[in-house]
Amino acid sequence: MNLVHAGLGAAVAVGVLSALLALITPRRLRLVPVGVGTVLVGAFGVLAGAVAVAGQAYSVEIPALLPLFGVSFAVDALSGLFLVVTGGVAIAVAVYGIGYARHGLDGRGVQAVLPLFVLAMLLVPAAASVGTFLVCWELMALTSLVLVLAEHQQRDTVAVAGRWYAVMTHLGMVAILIGLLVLVAHSADDSFPALRAAATNLSPVVANVVFVLTLVGFTSKAGILPLHAWLPRAHPEAPSHVSALMSAAMVNLGIYGIARVGFDLLGGGPRWWWLLVLVLGALSAVYGILQAAMSSDLKRLLGNSTTENMGLVLVGVGAAGLFASAGDDVLAGVALSAALLHVINHAAFKTLLFLSAGSVLHATGSRDLDALGGLRAGMPVTTWGFGLGALAASALPPGTAFVSEWLLLQALIHGLPASGAATAIVMPVAVAAVALTAGLAVATFVKAFGVGFLARPRSSAAANATESPVSMLAGMGLAAVACVTLALVPSVVLPAVGSASTMTLGTAQPAVSGQVTLQLNGVAGALSPLLLTVALLVVSVVLVGAVRLIAARRARRTARLWDCGAGPLSPRMEYTATSFAEPLQRVFDDVVQPEQDIDVTHHQESSYLVQAVEYRQRVPDRLERRLYEPVLRLITAWGSVARRLATGSVHRYLGYGFYTVCGLLILLVVIR
Amino acid sequence: MNALGVIGGVLQFVLVVAGSPFLVGVMRQVRARLEGRAGAGIGQPWRDLRKLLRKESITPRGTSEVFRIAPLVLVATTVVVAIVAPFVTTASAVDSVADLFAVVALLALGTVALALAGLDTGTAFGGMGASREMTIIALVEPTLLVSIFALSVRVGSTNLGAIVTSTLQDPARVISPVSLLAAVALVVVIIAETGRLPVDNPSTHLELTMVHEAMILEYAGRDLGLVEWASAMRLTAFLGLLANLFVPWGIATAATPVALLAGVAAFVIKVVLLGVLLSAGEVFLAKLRLFRVPELLAGSFLLSLLAVTASFFLAQPH
Repeated sequence: MNLVHAGLGAAVAVGVLSALLALITPRRLRLVPVGVGTVLVGAFGVLAGAVAVAGQAYSVEIPALLPLFGVSFAVDALSGLFLVVTGGVAIAVAVYGIGYARHGLDGRGVQAVLPLFVLAMLLVPAAASVGTFLVCWELMALTSLVLVLAEHQQRDTVAVAGRWYAVMTHLGMVAILIGLLVLVAHSADDSFPALRAAATNLSPVVANVVFVLTLVGFTSKAGILPLHAWLPRAHPEAPSHVSALMSAAMVNLGIYGIARVGFDLLGGGPRWWWLLVLVLGALSAVYGILQAAMSSDLKRLLGNSTTENMGLVLVGVGAAGLFASAGDDVLAGVALSAALLHVINHAAFKTLLFLSAGSVLHATGSRDLDALGGLRAGMPVTTWGFGLGALAASALPPGTAFVSEWLLLQALIHGLPASGAATAIVMPVAVAAVALTAGLAVATFVKAFGVGFLARPRSSAAANATESPVSMLAGMGLAAVACVTLALVPSVVLPAVGSASTMTLGTAQPAVSGQVTLQLNGVAGALSPLLLTVALLVVSVVLVGAVRLIAARRARRTARLWDCGAGPLSPRMEYTATSFAEPLQRVFDDVVQPEQDIDVTHHQESSYLVQAVEYRQRVPDRLERRLYEPVLRLITAWGSVARRLATGSVHRYLGYGFYTVCGLLILLVVIR
Repeated sequence: MNALGVIGGVLQFVLVVAGSPFLVGVMRQVRARLEGRAGAGIGQPWRDLRKLLRKESITPRGTSEVFRIAPLVLVATTVVVAIVAPFVTTASAVDSVADLFAVVALLALGTVALALAGLDTGTAFGGMGASREMTIIALVEPTLLVSIFALSVRVGSTNLGAIVTSTLQDPARVISPVSLLAAVALVVVIIAETGRLPVDNPSTHLELTMVHEAMILEYAGRDLGLVEWASAMRLTAFLGLLANLFVPWGIATAATPVALLAGVAAFVIKVVLLGVLLSAGEVFLAKLRLFRVPELLAGSFLLSLLAVTASFFLAQPH
């Protein structure tokens, strides 16, 4: 019996069953069965993926399920890796959701859609034909849209975010649809093996069109520049566990799509494809983290950081393609392994961060860092969770991103200009972008953690915050365990990453190996995160002992904070997230272009006396200004022009129909 | 892990831990003499440390464990760097940690711990210092990484020991444009990172200008002693890195007593020389306005970018 088959089948059955269960059970009893069902869906996904990664091939065709093109699934190592990641995120999120959904999110629709969303995300990487892939992709888009809109009755901004998300995700879908259909038109049928066979004698122009169109669609899903605009909108407005699912699992599928189409279906391709991917990735990484550094909305910050991390992954994917097109299999393997490892790591820490942010939102009702602070007293577990996630996200040891960014940099610095001047220019810039991203990520996450959780509460809601229910803490705990494991012993996922990257690139041996020390195969490079952590711990313990021994054994004394003798300090005197980021914002003034507005109100009696000063500052998304607003204006203008055609007269509309049919008939006569 | 690495690790640990306060003493003394003062002697930082370590620590009300653990993290990260980086010997005690990315990230981790402690106090000073320090580190960390990457591209390894060994074998590299550009960039960021003039004045307590001192304002007694000690060790580590990446001669490559002795002597001489140059330079500099500092750092980032680009163009495929 094939375990992949069993796992996927069970996931589908349990997913559909828990959706049905959500529809028929009463509100009070709904959460636990749906939560358990979703955990099972995730667990079966992990099982199927793990078995596939271990080498068990699987494919199935069910021609009768969908009319015209049928349904076919196949799971290889690359799909398996994404199945494991998605399933793992779903488990943590589902456990968390049991407690989190208790307040307003226990409606029938939302609860029924959650397991379906997880299921759709599991089926996307398992799809093995264009028809199946697109149906699953659309199912994923629709279910996630329903979940994003879950809280539309509480806040007006949810509907706006939902509209942005719906439009952009569907435009992306259209691009993927056209791209894949162009490819299908040149092959025997729409199954992936047929496409693979057809790609070998595809004309370069067609291949370019297919790649660019699918790249547009997949980057819009992954939140890559310039199609990222939905991401910082939808992530903050979605319920936090849905944000975690979207940010840690769904965006990865954009990366999966690029790897599947670029490497597998089209079999590599010219160098410029991958240069484009790499440059887009580097730009997204720097731009995303800059926006995150300026943001004072906790979940928006995390959403922007998703753009950054997906950018880093794309840098790895682009470098892998670049090296593969130059014939350097070893480096291509290192780069793709770095990208896939970062996908896994990002999934772990972003789940933890979003779940912690949700816990804060649950306790205080606020995402605004300027109004938080001092949560460590009331919410110690959440504080630890967020701290761990922030450490993991900021590429510092012992964190997860530290390992994958190290691997990514290894791939980049070994890329000597064997393949021409373009590489020699792009590689250093990519190195600089990754390094700049690492530096800015440190500042961003110190801000998020330090201002949000340490210091003193800046609002009464933050002061009275209490810890979240046990199921939420358990969900965060699962994600935290994953973070710690990946940070200390990344070798547990190395075989999976290795087999996925060797399968995708068609290389002989995995690029990275080792148990305690990560060792690159073929090029010099070794790093041991475990030894590093042990060294830090040993030194700390020795240090504590030494300080006890030589320093005075006098007890700590508590004292007042230094207040310059001006009486007790109030929270209003503290630095806020905005003021914390202000120096950095000045440094990158030319890039982010903040908008400032000062209103000075004078006393009526005298214009020399100031009554009140009001200062507003906003850091708009500059790309959005430049790219989206002209397009939106154009569409609005078109709409108002087209309104002249629609006068409300039925005769007119019938006339339009008549003329259109006549025109089509004439056209047919002419071209036939 | 080999004999040379272990001996080197022990020697470096002893040298950096015991010697770094003397380095600070030498630098202060040089500065005092150049300014026409008698100075307190090079042993003064040690006497200060002894005094501070004998006093009890003070925990300000409303602070958490983060505030109490931060000095420990700061010292621990610095000590690990002092043990693994190639200062006295080219081999490292824990070779798989002597990676450029790991060393830079460890040093950044120490800074982050202090910044979080500054934020944890919830005072305006703490937040101000943390905010400024994070702005600086956000530019310093990339520059450090990129400029050392420029050196590692032609070596084909980011292991610091390998970079130093390769420069030893091919001395002509020291005067290549890559090295020179990277050296200038590194000097600028090391000045910024260790809080020296013209970026930060280590001997001021004026709120408009403070960076490092603002973060540690609430520390006292034993904790303050640890923080001061760690700052001295970080200065030593940065100067040692700068010295050995560009002028590695004298570093021990074999585990013989003579070679080790020469290694220790060379390290001490190089670091003291750099320290004297730094403090002599500081006499002639005024502190830069805070918002001019990023321009300086951005300039050094560009230099390091030029260095890494040059290294890609000049590197020979091997």
